[in-house]
Amino acid sequence: MEPPRTFPGAVSPDRHYRVNADGVGIAVNEWGDEEAPVLMLVHGGADFSRTFDVFAPMLAAGGWRVVAWDHRGHGDSDHTHLYSFEADLRDAVRVFDTVAGQQPVAVLGHSKGGSIMSSLADAQPFRFRAFVNLDGIPYRRPGPDLPEFQRADALNTEVASWLEHRRRSSNGSRKPGTIPELAARRANVNPRLTREWLEYLVTVGAREDADGWRWKLDPSMRMGGFGPWRPEWALFRLAGLAVPFLGVLVGAEEPMGWGTKPHQVEKFIPRHGRLEYFEELGHFIHIEQPRMVADMVLDFLGDPA
Amino acid sequence: MSTVTLTHNRVSLALHELRPASTSHRPLLLLHGLGECTPATVPDDLESWAGAIWGLDFTGHGESTIPVGGGYTAEVLIGDVDAALNHLGEATIIGRGLGGYLALLAAGARPRAVRGAIITDGPGLSGGPNDAIAPQVVRLVDDRRAPDSYALHELSRDVRSAEYAVDFVRMAVANSGLAEPINVAAVFRPPWLDAVAAAPGVASMCLADALDFYRA
Repeated sequence: MEPPRTFPGAVSPDRHYRVNADGVGIAVNEWGDEEAPVLMLVHGGADFSRTFDVFAPMLAAGGWRVVAWDHRGHGDSDHTHLYSFEADLRDAVRVFDTVAGQQPVAVLGHSKGGSIMSSLADAQPFRFRAFVNLDGIPYRRPGPDLPEFQRADALNTEVASWLEHRRRSSNGSRKPGTIPELAARRANVNPRLTREWLEYLVTVGAREDADGWRWKLDPSMRMGGFGPWRPEWALFRLAGLAVPFLGVLVGAEEPMGWGTKPHQVEKFIPRHGRLEYFEELGHFIHIEQPRMVADMVLDFLGDPA
Repeated sequence: MSTVTLTHNRVSLALHELRPASTSHRPLLLLHGLGECTPATVPDDLESWAGAIWGLDFTGHGESTIPVGGGYTAEVLIGDVDAALNHLGEATIIGRGLGGYLALLAAGARPRAVRGAIITDGPGLSGGPNDAIAPQVVRLVDDRRAPDSYALHELSRDVRSAEYAVDFVRMAVANSGLAEPINVAAVFRPPWLDAVAAAPGVASMCLADALDFYRA
């Protein structure tokens, strides 16, 4: 057993508990004064709440009760039978209800978490007092625009590979490895993050079995996917948002990034909103530059009380 | 009726043999509608089929697993059909309502295994709107009984885009080797099915004629 790793500025959550979402156990982590006003942090696809171990304490120090949960199948939450955007929304509402009842709270969503929260702000606006979307503003489906016959080809490849994955995942488990090996694998999708950080993430996002470490993420989950939905539907909903809004986009391209550019989405930014663009930074901007992003968010949110 | 239990990820699926094969002809796979399950006996309008007749209970229906906490999409149910095809080999599919939509998706996804997909009327044929659906967060009574109330809710309002449905027709036409791999026998035609019926490679025969057509 290795001693727990540390990372400069990383702080374990002050409180940890589970919320029962229709039988699915959702792991919740909190940082900061329990009596302070609530700020929800919503992680993205294939991430987990402990990826906020540096960022969340900075926001908590600004006077917020910071609450983050692991989406179903992610982090310490239960692996379950089915996963969908709508199920994630439902699980989120269970956490909101547990933490704040139906009172409005401040919300920050990163990547897919920003997209899910854009939908929730449209479906249940009474739950929001302010909304920060960190590079979670989709403009279009990943991949180039294709003529119809090529689009069917691309879909064909995607569907076939997804079905093969489903056939394999029936008895699948994640590949075990050492801490550096898991960090190296994650570096493929997080090329801009330091190896020291990724190794720290292994110790909070993976579990140690007899034959090595395994990421906790449900092995049946898979990036990408296909369906009739369009990611930009979440963008369209921003236009009608009535609470203060801060959108953040980045310029550096990387595998997990969405590549959305300000001119593509400017017209959907709500009247009480602003859009910030960081040409040189990547999709995980709050991990690359936690102090700068935390200061920007704290300044935008203003006095918690 | 004998039943085979298949595994799709963490879900156990019940695949029922409604009538064993009396000839070497390929089997017919029946996909039920939303909120239904495989019938106990062969429906009279399928009696004319020469081969074996099987019926699959979708996730959350009949004797298949009721998932914890919902999360249904039509896409994940393609995996249910794929598990049945993996067991049966080549099959002709007849689907009622939701099962008709899944017959189309499976025909596009597994064009070599699906030798004709027949779409008929039944529960869950229309699905949700054709475009950006309003997000909705509802709490249901989760009594873990079949049919799962989350299946009824989520699969009655999933997006059914005409463009997306026609993509699956194209995939079936391009890769099945059949001139008309899809047949629309449904009388009621929501927008996605109207678009499918108008696409090249889609026939619109009545059920009896379609069964004859794919038997050949």
